[in-house]
Amino acid sequence: MRPRRSRGRLGDRLLHAYTWLVILWLSSPIAVMVLFGFNDKQSKSNASWQGFTLRWYGELFAIPGLTEALKNSLYIALVSTAITVVIGTMLGLALGRHRFRGRGVTNFLVFAAISTPELVMGASLLSLFVSANLPRDAITITIAHVLFSLAFVTVTVRARVVTLDPALEEAARDLGASAWGTFRQVTLPSIMPGVLAGAMLAFALSIDDYVVTSFVNGSTLTFPLWIIGSVKTGIPPQVNVMGTLIFGIGVLIAIVNAVAARRRV
Amino acid sequence: MAEHGLIEQSAIELEGVVKEYLSHGEVVQAVKGVTLDIAEGEFFSLLGPSGCGKTTTMRMIAGFEEPSEGVVRLHGQDVTNVPPNRRDVNMVFQSYALFPHMSVWDNVAFGLKQKKTPQEEIRRRVGEMLEIVDLTGREKRRPRELSGGQQQRVALARALVNRPRALLLDEPLGALDLKLRQAMQLELKRIQREVGITFVYVTHDQSEALTMSDRIAVMNDGLVEQLAGPREIYERPASTFVAGFIGTSNLLSGTATGGVLEAGGGRVLVPGHDGEVSVTIRPEKISLSADEPAGDLSALPGTVAEVVYLGTYTSYAVTLADGAEITVFQQNAHDAATTAERGDSVWLSWQARHSYVMESR
Repeated sequence: MRPRRSRGRLGDRLLHAYTWLVILWLSSPIAVMVLFGFNDKQSKSNASWQGFTLRWYGELFAIPGLTEALKNSLYIALVSTAITVVIGTMLGLALGRHRFRGRGVTNFLVFAAISTPELVMGASLLSLFVSANLPRDAITITIAHVLFSLAFVTVTVRARVVTLDPALEEAARDLGASAWGTFRQVTLPSIMPGVLAGAMLAFALSIDDYVVTSFVNGSTLTFPLWIIGSVKTGIPPQVNVMGTLIFGIGVLIAIVNAVAARRRV
Repeated sequence: MAEHGLIEQSAIELEGVVKEYLSHGEVVQAVKGVTLDIAEGEFFSLLGPSGCGKTTTMRMIAGFEEPSEGVVRLHGQDVTNVPPNRRDVNMVFQSYALFPHMSVWDNVAFGLKQKKTPQEEIRRRVGEMLEIVDLTGREKRRPRELSGGQQQRVALARALVNRPRALLLDEPLGALDLKLRQAMQLELKRIQREVGITFVYVTHDQSEALTMSDRIAVMNDGLVEQLAGPREIYERPASTFVAGFIGTSNLLSGTATGGVLEAGGGRVLVPGHDGEVSVTIRPEKISLSADEPAGDLSALPGTVAEVVYLGTYTSYAVTLADGAEITVFQQNAHDAATTAERGDSVWLSWQARHSYVMESR
């Protein structure tokens, strides 16, 4: 009994240490990003710690190109998320609920969209836009973002739909609700966690996409594109601040979602 | 329908209703032509094994399935192609189908809100209904915070609060344990008397159907095998299927001559029948005796193969000379332990009126 217990305790300790190591490893880049947003740097590069300052928070929008790029990114992320959530929810509902001709093909296409390398998707989208004679700008970026995040939203919603008791919708109909009333009052609230998770995923995928965007952006710059462009000349601390803020908002949304989910289920 | 002389209006009528499905490219008939006439205020059961078409039949009454052929009428009105939200019937689902994101109150109020009932009336009727199902004080709970029995009662209240012309119940007690199920059977019967609404009850549990129903339609393979009151279904099964499905019964068959069937070294009285017949006898109608009984009785000799003491009665398995096995129930009314032991030679006897004879088709 005794040796087993002490071995268990040693194992526990190792597991603890290992867990903290992993957490540290995962969070250190974020910690560095947050920290260097407060760096009172004097030289051009923001690579060594030179003292604490809140200056960059005050001068957050001092670089016109960066501000413009962030605006573009937020705008594209919001619009593409809205479009993706509507189409993805409809797709997820159809695939999770109904059997129809072409269902297998649709399922395969959804899977293919997830597994296609971004490089391939970006290159093929570019040639599509060029041959369709579409000027590359924020609109083509938005179209591209809808395209690659659609599959993720579809899969998230579909996963929720298949757990739904079909009798719920029948009960609503039975109690006098119209088809639209049933969707609004019963179906949508029931799949809402899946829809919200899909929306967050779509937003996150859009706001930090580099590969596909770099093919279809034309002369429009997004936040990630601007950062990559500034690597050679030194990334300004404002980028760290913006990254910190975006990350903070993400964490906040995740917490709210977790609390709401606990209340809901 | 002799016991229902007062039928004034039919609540639900099915006329030659057929439901066909396409399954793996083949047409399958789930319901093969059902004609029913359910009276106002009746507790009516659709009873049968799984796959007999009872649930499909109910879903056609509710409007979730459209019949391939035939007509569905509610209070004389043809509703065959009317969608479920415009039918004046409500359903209690097997899974209850309570809306998980709504409180008990909102669940029950759902139907009234769809009909744009005034707030004041919704408040009053939902309150009353929750009182009837004994859930007052739990209005703010979510369905998952309730026990199975309470969820069941919310489902019932949610349907009944709309004052439907008929309530459809799809195996509503299936998920409850035995004790609760028996309590809910009486509860359902009480509520039905209180609200005076036609209940159509789908079940595969024969004792449930016998306990609660005014009339039962026993279904098998997409057809109604028998439509009668519980007593008649039990005492006078119309087919070997019904006899086998309802309770325990013994089946003897052979060729009758002059109203007597010679079988297993004895005689079975089948007055008025000749030719190929099969005879159903309920186990509790048969008496056991050591000697050949005198008088005008059906009598068969046999050997006791098994004795099972079951508290209120004892079950005997008796093997006849031709190998057939007959089950006999004897009430344990007297102190005397058992009337026969395993291996005893005994005579089985019963009165002619307890033989239920079906001429082989």
